[in-house]
Amino acid sequence: MTTATQSTQSSSATAKRWLHAYRQMVAIRLFEEQVNDLYTRAIMPGLAHLYIGEEAVAVGICEALRTDDYVTSTHRGHGHCLAKGAAPDRMFAELLGKEAGYCKGKGGSMHIADPATGNLGANAIVGGSAGIATGAAFSAKNLGTDRVAVCFFGEGALGQGVLYEVMNLASLWKLPVIYVCENNMYNEYTHFSETTAGDILTRPLGFGVPSSAVDGQDVRAVNAEATNLIERARKGEGPSFLLCNTYRYRGHHVGDVNREYRTKIEEQKWTADRDPIAVLTNWLLAEKHADSAQLEEIQKEVRTEIEAAVKFALDAPYPKLDEVDQDVYA
Amino acid sequence: MTETMTAAAQRELTLGEAVRDAIAEEMRRDPTVFLMGEDVAEAGTPFKVLTGLAGEFGTNRIIDTPISEAGFTGLGVGAAMTGMRPIVDIMFGDFVGLIMDQMVNQAAKVHYMSGGKWKVPMVLRTTLGATRRSAAQHSQSLHAWFAHIPGLKVVMPSTPYDAKGLMKSAIRDDNPVVFYEDKMMFRFKGPVPTEEYTIPLGLADIKRAGDDVTIVATSSMVQVALGAAKLLEEIGVSAEVVDPRTLWPLDEQTILDSVKKTSRAIIVDEGYHHYGVTAEIAALIAEKAFHYLDGPVKRMGAMHVPIPFSPPLEDATVPSEKTVFEAARALCNRA
Repeated sequence: MTTATQSTQSSSATAKRWLHAYRQMVAIRLFEEQVNDLYTRAIMPGLAHLYIGEEAVAVGICEALRTDDYVTSTHRGHGHCLAKGAAPDRMFAELLGKEAGYCKGKGGSMHIADPATGNLGANAIVGGSAGIATGAAFSAKNLGTDRVAVCFFGEGALGQGVLYEVMNLASLWKLPVIYVCENNMYNEYTHFSETTAGDILTRPLGFGVPSSAVDGQDVRAVNAEATNLIERARKGEGPSFLLCNTYRYRGHHVGDVNREYRTKIEEQKWTADRDPIAVLTNWLLAEKHADSAQLEEIQKEVRTEIEAAVKFALDAPYPKLDEVDQDVYA
Repeated sequence: MTETMTAAAQRELTLGEAVRDAIAEEMRRDPTVFLMGEDVAEAGTPFKVLTGLAGEFGTNRIIDTPISEAGFTGLGVGAAMTGMRPIVDIMFGDFVGLIMDQMVNQAAKVHYMSGGKWKVPMVLRTTLGATRRSAAQHSQSLHAWFAHIPGLKVVMPSTPYDAKGLMKSAIRDDNPVVFYEDKMMFRFKGPVPTEEYTIPLGLADIKRAGDDVTIVATSSMVQVALGAAKLLEEIGVSAEVVDPRTLWPLDEQTILDSVKKTSRAIIVDEGYHHYGVTAEIAALIAEKAFHYLDGPVKRMGAMHVPIPFSPPLEDATVPSEKTVFEAARALCNRA
């Protein structure tokens, strides 16, 4: 009897946990589809790098983090920011350069930062946040907290020397930082095999940083490995490197439409067989953690929230012009 | 000096000792201050400026790093954002080429890009100055690079007194501050009070009052300008030497007031002559004090050549007491 009750509770907790992950992944997907729409209708200025296809990485990692843990993100950062707890309305406001945005409209799509959710900022220099994430881990350790820092970067950043410099420092000083490499297979418009010599996982090992790889389309696999690495970092056992193999469904940015550098067959293979939301959906249904109606209800709720968020951003005012030279110096 | 110092509470310190004093005082006052760089702990830097600090504060706060400037500067930015106050030590000013992304694209922009939410209270201390026979990659004065970038502050002390007061302010500042020390002046002595003091960033100092010509000089060039002023006095020319002390924020008013009084201006800075500090200050004077001028503003900086090794060649690349004297004499139409 006792065992049965525990099992039911545990099963319900499991369902709750993965339904939350499902909701987060759907939110990122729908958010990015709205970004695509706003951009192609010329409502959103600048550049938009979509995270569609990679949702399981950000959600798998961030579901294993606490709110007060740190993350740094990339030019393809909307997913990381949302997964770490950012609100879609203020995200959209930032993307449209509005005052209500996370950075008063001064950062835009590639620079969303939010101290309240430990987001040290998305960074538009490839590999540019490696130092910042490692420094946050340095503070966490030296101020005697058990916070950890996650440095998200794409496989394109593997070409940047500073990444290896800080990995060396993190290993020497046993800093609680997890380097999360999202290999979406393309350094902008170039396949990573053309830019990346040797085996990615052996590179961190050279610094004594343990490395592992996971299926980046499987949020549960990402989350399980992230949980281990984060726990290890919290216990003072130092940095680690997690390679998440994933796929960027869309172009380098919204304007990269034709994508002549890869085949449509390759794209179809990933979208049809390896979609991260479908992978989780299939598991939730097979394990009876949810039925289709429940999932549809979540999708509906998220869609309503995202649509309201877009409306909020569209209606929000631009910053006043005298804001232009504010915040240059603290 | 504009600041008053009581004779009883003064002592002579070298510029290096003054910097060390400032860092030690701030580290005693604030446990989040730490310093990292190459050979800073037991070695106390090759210039011996930090000797003794590792003994007092331990190697957890005076931290030897690998030779990895971009890495530890970037780490400093992140540490500054999250509750620490790092002093990042870049041994030779020429090495800033290795850290420019961390300073220009990261440190300088974090506060603005985040809409004012994140701050980077970090000091980058490094050196400038030629004539040490160190050749082209260990002799440059590249401070103008940083002064060009919104979000950074640039400090250029020329005396032990200024170095100490400005370093303490730099450490307490909530912005990334680049602090330049002239590597030829580490043993230069001057009076420093025993009691605590700070000097605000953005306040120039008139190092010598005069009526006939204003010499605006920075860092290593302040003593050169003062030497030239003495020579000028012998021929009846009264030179005023204005030391901006910080390139940004820049105390425009003190410079303009002096030029309006003397009607002649020479700007002397050890950075490269072209597109640098002297051009900026000359333009300021041209824009805001043109009608007060009796002649063109004269600029003097390092020659547009990589710094040569050979001593007579190297000496020819930077302004000296004699060349500043000659320039001032010509400007004042004295034979």
